[in-house]
Amino acid sequence: MSAALLASGVGLVAQTTGNGSAGCSIGKGGQSVQGLCQAANSLHISVAYSAILPVLILSIGALVLLAVSAVLPKRAYPGLYPVLSTAVGGVSLVASVWQWYNVPGGGQGSVEIGGQVFFDHFAALFAILISVAVILSSIASDSYLRREGLDGVEAYVLMLMSATGAALMVESANLISLFLGLEIMSIALYVMAAYHRRRTQSGEAGLKYFLLGSFSSALFLYGIALVYGATGSTGLGLIANYLSNNVLANNGILLAGTALLIVGLGFKVAAVPFHFWTPDVYQGSPTPFTGYMAAVAKAAGFAGLLRVLDQGLLTQQTDWRPIIWVLAVITLIVGSVLAIASRDLKRMLAYSSISQAGYVLVGVQAASGTGKSASLFYLFTYMFIIIGSFAVVDAIQGRGESHSDLGAMRGLARRHPLLAAAMLVLLLAQAGVPFTSGFLAKFYVIQASVQQGQYYLAVIAMVAAAVAAFFYLRVALLMYASPVGAASGGPSGAGSLAVGSAGAGSAGVSAGSSAGAGSAGAGSAGAGSAGAGSAGGAGVPAAVPAGRAPSGPAGATAVAPASRPPSPAGSALDVEAEEDVFGAGLAPIPGFDTAPATGAGTLDGPAGEAPYVSSTNAMVILISVAFTIAAGVSSFAVDFAKAATTVF
Amino acid sequence: MKTTGIPILNIIVFLPLAGAILCMLLPSASWSPTVHTSSRGSTGGGWSGGGSSGSTSGLGPSSALGPAGLVALVVALAELGFVVFLLIDFPSSGHAAGFQFVSKHSWIGAFGIDWNLGVDGISLFLVAMTALLFPVAMFGPTLRGNSRAFMGWMLLLEAACMGTFLSLDLFVFFVMFEITLVPGYFLVAGWGGARRNYAAMKFFIYTFAGSAFLFVAIIALVFLAAPKNGGHETFDLITLARITSSLPHADQVLIFCGFAIAFAVKIPLVPFHSWLPDTYTEAPTAASMILAGILFKLGAYGLLRLGIYLVPRGAADMGPVLLTLAAVGIVYGSLITIMQRDLKRLVAYASIVDVAFIVLGFFAFSAQGVTGGVLEMVNHGLTTGAIFFLVGIIWERRGTLRFADLGGLQKSMPIMAAIFLAVVMSAVGLPGLNGFVGEFLVLAGTFVTHRWWAVVGTVAVITAAIYLLWAYQRVFQGPVTNPANETVRDITWREIGWVTPLLLGIVFLGVYPRPFLDRVTPSVTYLLDRVEQAAPNADVPKTKTVTYSLPANQDVRGRPGSAPGGSGGSGTTSAAATGTGGSK
Repeated sequence: MSAALLASGVGLVAQTTGNGSAGCSIGKGGQSVQGLCQAANSLHISVAYSAILPVLILSIGALVLLAVSAVLPKRAYPGLYPVLSTAVGGVSLVASVWQWYNVPGGGQGSVEIGGQVFFDHFAALFAILISVAVILSSIASDSYLRREGLDGVEAYVLMLMSATGAALMVESANLISLFLGLEIMSIALYVMAAYHRRRTQSGEAGLKYFLLGSFSSALFLYGIALVYGATGSTGLGLIANYLSNNVLANNGILLAGTALLIVGLGFKVAAVPFHFWTPDVYQGSPTPFTGYMAAVAKAAGFAGLLRVLDQGLLTQQTDWRPIIWVLAVITLIVGSVLAIASRDLKRMLAYSSISQAGYVLVGVQAASGTGKSASLFYLFTYMFIIIGSFAVVDAIQGRGESHSDLGAMRGLARRHPLLAAAMLVLLLAQAGVPFTSGFLAKFYVIQASVQQGQYYLAVIAMVAAAVAAFFYLRVALLMYASPVGAASGGPSGAGSLAVGSAGAGSAGVSAGSSAGAGSAGAGSAGAGSAGAGSAGGAGVPAAVPAGRAPSGPAGATAVAPASRPPSPAGSALDVEAEEDVFGAGLAPIPGFDTAPATGAGTLDGPAGEAPYVSSTNAMVILISVAFTIAAGVSSFAVDFAKAATTVF
Repeated sequence: MKTTGIPILNIIVFLPLAGAILCMLLPSASWSPTVHTSSRGSTGGGWSGGGSSGSTSGLGPSSALGPAGLVALVVALAELGFVVFLLIDFPSSGHAAGFQFVSKHSWIGAFGIDWNLGVDGISLFLVAMTALLFPVAMFGPTLRGNSRAFMGWMLLLEAACMGTFLSLDLFVFFVMFEITLVPGYFLVAGWGGARRNYAAMKFFIYTFAGSAFLFVAIIALVFLAAPKNGGHETFDLITLARITSSLPHADQVLIFCGFAIAFAVKIPLVPFHSWLPDTYTEAPTAASMILAGILFKLGAYGLLRLGIYLVPRGAADMGPVLLTLAAVGIVYGSLITIMQRDLKRLVAYASIVDVAFIVLGFFAFSAQGVTGGVLEMVNHGLTTGAIFFLVGIIWERRGTLRFADLGGLQKSMPIMAAIFLAVVMSAVGLPGLNGFVGEFLVLAGTFVTHRWWAVVGTVAVITAAIYLLWAYQRVFQGPVTNPANETVRDITWREIGWVTPLLLGIVFLGVYPRPFLDRVTPSVTYLLDRVEQAAPNADVPKTKTVTYSLPANQDVRGRPGSAPGGSGGSGTTSAAATGTGGSK
């Protein structure tokens, strides 16, 4: 794959030989690179390997992993691959940091390899982001994959391949290489989404992601063609040059091309109205992969968007800024509002990630150096937050992702105080509460927006933050909900749930076919928008008869759709629950929307047992929380992001 | 600018924070040897028989505080000690209008943000009130549930409040202003009444949404000011104040509107007040005390410090709007309050009237009005804190606060009735207690500049008497209709010990407000000078003449309200009024 990548890169470079020698004279990566450079010069092709170090390392790392797994007997060393993957991420991290400190042109950056890639702070910082995401996700995936019986080399190879694509995207200086990176990343992500073979939701997620993703890729490609038609080039620098030297008498083609590029990248970053895949994919994908997806795909998509809009089409900003303005506003509003309606943890985080994308769009909309580095900072902090959050979710869900509704968070503070505290920090960071990185990130984005006089956008964004605070705090409240005494109410008392959960524990991953078939109907009923506003809360209790209570969690383990509707005790509560906070007409969350005394104690998490946090998960959570607080209290991360503003 | 050898303001902010972290780390199990807070809480003094009180105070279930409670107690009292030190050390001469004890360190250099603390006459007493009210709120009311988390949140809240009052950097201000929401939220949600989740959420969302405007306004202000600061963005309050008063008129108005919306939600002024009754009724006693006593003041203080200080012209332009809102709030709040059937709800609505009164004073733009407003902030903290404390005691004993269920409590709890009456009198504005001085200054100051608004404001004085005294009647007097009211236990010595500091403050500020006025007046005068300079053509020019016509006759320290006792104060009323008439 890597060879093919390089070959195609060389091929493209060969077409634009004009830049070849000039690029080489700038790109001095070292003595060996110099030698290669001279060799390349004879062919009028310059390859500055230092500019594509992270891409090389990640792709070669993926191949090494594959090779190692081919040599070793199957399942001989199950712990080897995450370690190798982490190591590859580590080497890539070192390389990106090296890049950061060795940006050519005195920090101004340069265009390398025949105008295909940028070598600048922006790319280096994104490469750091991606490398760190690979490291964290590799660590976090290990316990999940082993628990689900999915361990093997493939997951890590896919992760490294998608990281390769992402790393190429962030540094691409040409729409073609951008598309190449986009596809390398996306195809690996499609497979990752469908990785949990025994969960139908996972397969559904993969298929959905793939179909919609390839559609958006096609649109993106068409956008490239139109832009090429309008400007005569696919190189961002050449496009910018052309547009600044020529006034287009009829810019309809360019406008259409710009719009299609925005659609294609908007899909990757899950901006409304291109977000429809997000909840289902995030919910269906294996939890650690979801975190990785939310961090890396979003970051790479935004990096591409910033490259295209800020560097290629900066002269056309009067055209695209209104588009981004509208996208930002509806993304913020829709993401926040729909997150309130969701009753599943992963789904809620998916909508939350949509609304977070809205803030980055606010930074993009500013179309300035500040906006660029603000977006970068936002994505960087969000990477830690979201990977950490999904690591927490992973610990809470348990085997088969069976406890993923919000009710599973109830009473977490008593069952596992440290986990609850970590989640609290991460939630508050997403809400943008001061002394977390999330606050500084919002601050930076809003600052960039206000700097450009976008007061209304800034106010809308902050009011959306207040709306979003609702669902973050709701989870926080559930975790810290006061202890409930003996279950006093519901028809399905604590006993039935305890039985069900015990069954899940003993039956393990064995595919209980009868339970699975029984719950399939209920699962598909809630598939559209599980417990969301459209259902009005009325249908859900009906879909879950109380008789299914004992088999509920076990069925979830086997086939998983049963994790969608509220668990049995919850449905019993739904009937009782009259008072709904802010009367949104939604299915109430047991223990939050209803007073604890009414028997919500039956939902005291999975039968009151403490969630199992593996040591690897704990490490990821710890790193995430530490960074979230450190970057929120001190200024080091901001300084880095600010340094990455240099617009080449 | 005064400094000390020790970084006292940093200590004041970080000490509770450290205490909060320590509390959270401690084991939560409350150990059995009961710690009588009364034996330590006697620092407030004022109650005799400390030796014999140990037996009576041990009855309360709150005595088992656990190690976290002990730590919190030590921290809160140490904090009070530092604040007392600050009070003593603060220059009392009339020359110190600026900020004292300034402590400035670079924080986030990329944005021009400094960790910048300082105190002036206005914030000094708010800090003192905060330090006084927190220990009372933490250890006075009976605590149920997890003491460790409770103490941690309370100390965190104290640190955030201190940070808000002391910050000289807009970023620090905003951060501290926002962070108060988190402990506030968890205090209401964790220890509140039946509908606490709803109340806590409403409280958080309302204020968070309001802060959106503050956030944007602050950033906009910084950017608009940057060109005049050599292109450097700075959040430094003092630097900004030099620049922003000369910003274009329209910008100032818009920015002020942003500030005003945020603070109006927090205060809350009337159209933005709907979160308040729910939150207060559901909040536990301690949180009600702090919410009403201190969190309100964050909004009012912000209005003064950010609104009037930074964008004086915008403030002058929008002044009539806020005056009108305040007047509406007074009338509307009074009417709603009178109709309440629940004691705690009544006190909550009464707070709306009180804070509207504070805003009325501020936007009168006269020295008396603003000084009175500042004094009212402190008064309201003390009085409402005490009232919520006492109401909480009744609730603990009776389990209900509906007037229909109460009545005749005087017979079973005579001491309680006496204390309650004293506090109610302070709230009503009885001469000789603090409420009178503040109300008098506000009304006199408003009358000077905005006569008709003052007339409306006077309504509050009358209606306050109606609803508070009527409430007192319905709770404590009359025949005992409900047999449960016959055997209610009176206020314990421990509780008396905790309420005493507040009572002392009430009496002290009422009888001898001069130390207060001495320190507040220079800062207020400085503030109003800015308004006057920035908006010479606005509605304000009268302020100058009034402001200085009074000190011309009397020493700066001999401001009208500072005369001891009520009669002296009213004696100067006519002087003030005539002086105004002459100057017009």
